Amino acid sequence: MKRTLRIIAAGVVVGAIAFWAATGANRGWTETRVPKKVVDEVTGLEGVQWQDKFVPGVDFLGAALLGAGILAGISIFVPAKSK
Amino acid sequence: MKTKLIFLALVTTTGVALAAPETFDFKDPKGINNAGFKLDAPLESINGSASGIYGTVTFDPANRGATQGKITVATSSLIVPNPLQRQHMLGKEWLDATKFPTIIFESKEFKNVQTAGDTTTADVTGTFTLKGVSKELTMPVKLTYLKDKLADRVPSQKGDLLVIRSRFTIKRSDFNINPGQFEDKVSDAIEITLSIAGASPK
Repeated sequence: MKRTLRIIAAGVVVGAIAFWAATGANRGWTETRVPKKVVDEVTGLEGVQWQDKFVPGVDFLGAALLGAGILAGISIFVPAKSK
Repeated sequence: MKTKLIFLALVTTTGVALAAPETFDFKDPKGINNAGFKLDAPLESINGSASGIYGTVTFDPANRGATQGKITVATSSLIVPNPLQRQHMLGKEWLDATKFPTIIFESKEFKNVQTAGDTTTADVTGTFTLKGVSKELTMPVKLTYLKDKLADRVPSQKGDLLVIRSRFTIKRSDFNINPGQFEDKVSDAIEITLSIAGASPK
């Protein structure tokens, strides 16, 4: 159990960092909408269309680290399996 | 004599019709019209845009300095990428979108009007109203008159287009938006970029 919790905690950290890096390593807050520029051919105006997209930010990383920390913390209080 | 009078009347009427100012409606069926905003604070940069834009502008191609208009932005149409940030922005502490549902600019006077072809640049002075506070503001504008181009944009309609572009800066403290608070994360200066097109169907 102790070992399992620590493996899950490590997995959460690695998984969160990998997901964050793979989605653009956004150093701002998590985004759920991203702007897409569109150009109107007649007027030449540049408009913005918002698209739903999840882009994790530093708050996502923080939450993942906190979760992993809690799991690792709990593992300290779980008695080691007797051999 | 009678023929001459009819001819004169026709010429006069046509001349008046050609010189008549046109009213452009800025409700955009294509959803391109937008007002972008940028706040660049030391700790955080916030970029967003608003799309709920409507209003009318009266524009006379023969007298461009006489342009008058009122453009309104629905406060609830302001979008930033982070949902919590948007909730805060529209909430009571900041823009209070429920109590102040619109942001309005109403022009009073055009100065330094310069025209080259279809394009006119000028400095427009008017009243900018945000969060219930009205201030007189002067901003540079670029107007592009696109005669008979409405059909290219909206195939079912004939008419003209008027494109307005402007970039100006306001201070949130001038409009009672948390003055002096959180300036390390939410800058006092707000850079606004207006890119809108209006239609005058015939």
